[in-house]
Amino acid sequence: MHDIQLTVNGKAERAQVPATMTLLELLRDRFALTGAKEGCGIGECGACTVLLNDVPVTSCLILAVEADGHRVDTIEGEAVCGELSILQQAFIDTGAAQCGFCTPGMIMSARGLLLRKPNPSHEEIVEAIAGNLCRCTGYEAILEAIHLASQRMQDGGAS
Amino acid sequence: MSRELQVVGRPIDRADAIDKVTGAARYTHDLAIPGMLHTALVLSPHASARIVSIDTAKAEALPGVRVVLTGDGLCYQLGLYMQDKCILARDVVRYQGEAVVAIAADTPDIARAASQLVSVEYEELPSVLDPREAMDDGAHLVHPDLHTYDHMQGVFFPKAHSNIAHHQKIRKGDFDQAFANADVRMTASFYNPPVQHVPMETHATIAQALPQQRAELWTSSQSPYTVRHLLSVCFGIPHANLRVHVPYVGGGFGGKAGLGLEPLAYVLSRAANGRPVKVVATREQEFNTLPSRQGLHSTLEIGATRNGKITSLKSTYLWDAGAYADYGVNIGRAAAYSGAGPYSIDNCWIDSYVVYTNKVFGTAYRGFGHLEVLWGIERAMDQMARKLALDPAEFRRRNLLREGDTTITGEPFTPGHGKPQECLDAVAEAIAWGIPSDPPTAPHKVRGKGLAMLHKAPAMPTNTSCAAVIKLDEDGGADVLISGVDYGQGTYTVMRQIAAEELGIAIDKVHITWECDTAFSPYDWQTVASRFAYMGGNAVIEAAADCRSQLRAVVSQALSVPADQLILEGGKVYPSGAPDRAIPYSKLALGYTFENGNSIGGPVIGHGRCIATGLTHLDPDTGQGLPAQFWTYGAHAVEIEVDTQTGEIEVLNIVSALDAGKVLNPKLCVGQVVGGVVQGLGSALWEGFVFDENGRFLNPAFVDYKIPTAKDIPHHSQQILLENPQPGGPYGARGIAEHPMISIPSAIGNALYDALGIEFTTLPLNYERILSRIRERAEAN
Repeated sequence: MHDIQLTVNGKAERAQVPATMTLLELLRDRFALTGAKEGCGIGECGACTVLLNDVPVTSCLILAVEADGHRVDTIEGEAVCGELSILQQAFIDTGAAQCGFCTPGMIMSARGLLLRKPNPSHEEIVEAIAGNLCRCTGYEAILEAIHLASQRMQDGGAS
Repeated sequence: MSRELQVVGRPIDRADAIDKVTGAARYTHDLAIPGMLHTALVLSPHASARIVSIDTAKAEALPGVRVVLTGDGLCYQLGLYMQDKCILARDVVRYQGEAVVAIAADTPDIARAASQLVSVEYEELPSVLDPREAMDDGAHLVHPDLHTYDHMQGVFFPKAHSNIAHHQKIRKGDFDQAFANADVRMTASFYNPPVQHVPMETHATIAQALPQQRAELWTSSQSPYTVRHLLSVCFGIPHANLRVHVPYVGGGFGGKAGLGLEPLAYVLSRAANGRPVKVVATREQEFNTLPSRQGLHSTLEIGATRNGKITSLKSTYLWDAGAYADYGVNIGRAAAYSGAGPYSIDNCWIDSYVVYTNKVFGTAYRGFGHLEVLWGIERAMDQMARKLALDPAEFRRRNLLREGDTTITGEPFTPGHGKPQECLDAVAEAIAWGIPSDPPTAPHKVRGKGLAMLHKAPAMPTNTSCAAVIKLDEDGGADVLISGVDYGQGTYTVMRQIAAEELGIAIDKVHITWECDTAFSPYDWQTVASRFAYMGGNAVIEAAADCRSQLRAVVSQALSVPADQLILEGGKVYPSGAPDRAIPYSKLALGYTFENGNSIGGPVIGHGRCIATGLTHLDPDTGQGLPAQFWTYGAHAVEIEVDTQTGEIEVLNIVSALDAGKVLNPKLCVGQVVGGVVQGLGSALWEGFVFDENGRFLNPAFVDYKIPTAKDIPHHSQQILLENPQPGGPYGARGIAEHPMISIPSAIGNALYDALGIEFTTLPLNYERILSRIRERAEAN
C-alpha cells in the first residue's frame, strides 16, 4: 500500500492505494467520482479522460501512485456551485451529447485544449478529441460545441 | 388538429443534457449495491469443442471467491425468437469467446485471479465457419438438436438436422419466366462481414436474487419488459416478482435489445445466496462474447426491359448467424420482406436463410439487415444501370415504388408511405448529380460521386404494444411514465414535447422519469425498430387526452359548465369565452376544492396505449402479408476522393434525405442523421471481424477494429428532412433512428466505381482492399 496525496477538483485528498490501482479506479471506486467512464480499460477509447496538471490523460493507463503530489480535474469539477461552464453549456446548445457515455471524457479533452490554446483552429480541435471515441453523434456537434465555447470565452465569458 | 403546434417540431434541448455534461448521469457501470460481488468469465479458446472436464477446485479455494458456476446444472435455453442459447456453455462450446465458467468474488481482482486458476479440458470438434459451407449436406451441425428447440411458431421455420435456423421465402409473380424474357440480365454476389455495435458502455447488469422467488435487476438494456418476460419464462418466476431497472444507457444500437448478461447475473446471485452480483463485459468480451451484426452473403439475379424497368429479381441471402440465432432469425425475416429495395418488382423470388456457424453470434444492429441487403441491391442497381446505359438516378426513378404499385409482400404503396423519389431528387440536386466533380487535390487522386436509396419498416411482432401514463403534479406540471429507453436517440425529449403540446403546458413543466423501472413504468415491448416515436408518441397523446377529459369532468362540475364548452390552454381550464373563470391545473391535479372545503375529483392520472394494427404473419410459402406498420424511405448521395497510391478514401460530402413524415424535434432529428451516417461510414470503410482459419477472432479491440474518429468524418454533410405525413403517426411522424446508417456503404461503393471504374462487392472498403484492386488492374494492363 502507498500513501498518496493529490488535489482533486481543487480539494486536497489522501488515499492508501495498492501499487496496481489505476487513477480511474481511485476516482471511481474510492472517491465516488463516476463521471470518468471505463469504455475499454486499455487507453483506446478516451472515455476515462481527466486532466492531470491540466493535461488530458486516459486515467485507466495512469497508476494512482503516479498522481501523487499532482492536480487532477474531472468532469465533476467542471461546473462550479451548480453553474455550468461555458464548455458544458456549449455541449448542450449544439446537441453534442447523445447517450452521454463519452461526454465527460470528451469535455475534459476539450478543456485541456482550451487551457492550452484558448482560440484553437479546427484542426487543433479535431486533433484534441481524436482519441475520444463517440459512437452516437458523428462528432460534428461536438466539434461545433468546442468552437462555440472558444468563441464565447473570447467574447468575454470566464470559462 | 388545426391549431399551430407550440412545442412539437421545435428544436428543444434534450432533457438529459445537464446530467450528461456534468457527469451526474448514472449508468449501470456506475452503480454499486451494498454487498455486491464482482465477476470474471472463462471463455472458450476453441470455435467448436466438447467440454471434457472443468476443474474449478483451485479457483473455489481462493479467498474471496464466493461462486464458481459452470454450465452443468444450468438447464435453461433462452432466446427471444429461437430458444437456442444456454447461460454458460453446456457439454460443447460453439464459438471462440463463448462463456464457459463464471466466477463471482469480493473484488474484480480476485475474480480475475480465480478465472486464471480454472482449467478446462476440451476435445476439439469439427467446425463450420462459412455459412455457404454450413448449407452443405454433411456439414458439421452447430445445433444437432435444433429440431427440439422451442421457437416462435408460425413465424420462424428452422430446418431439422441442418444449420438453417430460419428460412424466409418471398414469392411474387413468376420469376423464372420474367427473367427468361428479360432484355437485359445480370447476376452478382456481395458480402458483408460481421461487425460490432460498439456502444461506449459495454453490457453491464447487476442482479440480486431475493427470497420468495423474487429478483431485482439493474441493467444496461433497451428492453426492460422483454428482459423481465424472458427471465420470468426461463426461471419460472412470476412476472411481478421480477423488477428490472434501466438507468442511463451508454448506447445500444440494437445490441442491448435481446437478453445479454441478465440471466448470468441472476444465476450467480442465486448461487451466492442472494448477494448482488455485477457482471460487466470487458471491451474484448463486448466484441467476442456478446452478439454482433450477422455477416451476409447475397447473390442477386436481376432482369430488366431495354427501357429500364426491372421485371424480375431473385435473391439468395445467406446470413452468418454465428453460433446462436435467438434474435438473428428475425433479421433474416425482415431483410427478406425488404429484400428488393424500395422498388416495384412484379416477379420476385427471395430465399433468406439464417445459418448457424461456429462464430460469435449475431443480433439486431441499427438497420436490422437492411444495410447489408442494400449493400448488394444498391450496388447492383448501379451495375444494371450501366448495362442499360442509363444514368443510375434515372434508372432508380423508373423503378421506385409509386402509388398503385404493391411491395413484394403484396402491400399496396400509398401516398401515406411518403415519397421515395423526392428523397432521391433532393440528394441528386444537392450533390450536383450529373455535373463532374471539381479536379482532385493531387494528380494521383481521383474523385467520384455515388448515390443509393434506402428503406426500412419496424420489424416487430404483429401484437407489439406500448403504454404511457401521465400524472399531473400539484404545481400544474406533469410526470410522464414510459418504458421506452432513451439510450441517446432523444426519445424522452420528444415524449416531453408531445405531452406539453397535448396538455397545453410549457415544456419545462413536463418531467420524465429517467430510470425505467418495471415496477412503476407501464409496458413497452422493446426500444428497437425505430418505432417508439410512433407508438410511444401515440400512447402519450392518448394519455394526455385521458388527463384532459378528467380535468374537463372536474371543471364542468366545479363551474357548472358543460364539459364540451371548456377550453384547456396554458395550463388552465376555462369556459369558452370566459377566460376570467379559469382554474389552473395546479388546483385540479389532486382534485378540486370548493370555497367551503368540499372537494371533488382526485389525482389526475391519464393512461394511453398503442398496439400495432393490421399486421399479419407472412405466409410461410410465399411471404405474402402485411409485415410493416409504416415504412421510412430515404436516399444518400456522396462525393469522395480516392488516393490511388494508398487506397485511402477521403469523404468530401454526404447528403442525406429522409422522409420523416413530421420532424418532431429538428435538432435531435438532425443529430440522429449525422450520427447514423458516420456509423454507416464505419461499416463502409473500416469495420469487419477477422477470423483465422480455426475461427479465432483476431481483432477484438479498437487498435485492430477501427471505428470512425473525429478525424474520419465527411468534410461536408447535409441533412434534408421531408415531411410527407404518415397516417396514424403522431403529427404524421414516422421512425427515423436507424435509417441514416443504411445504404451509406452502397453510396460509397457506387462513388468508388465512379472514381476508379472498379467494382467492389465486399465490405469494408478499406485501404488495403482498394489498393490491392488498383494494383491488380495496373498489373493486368
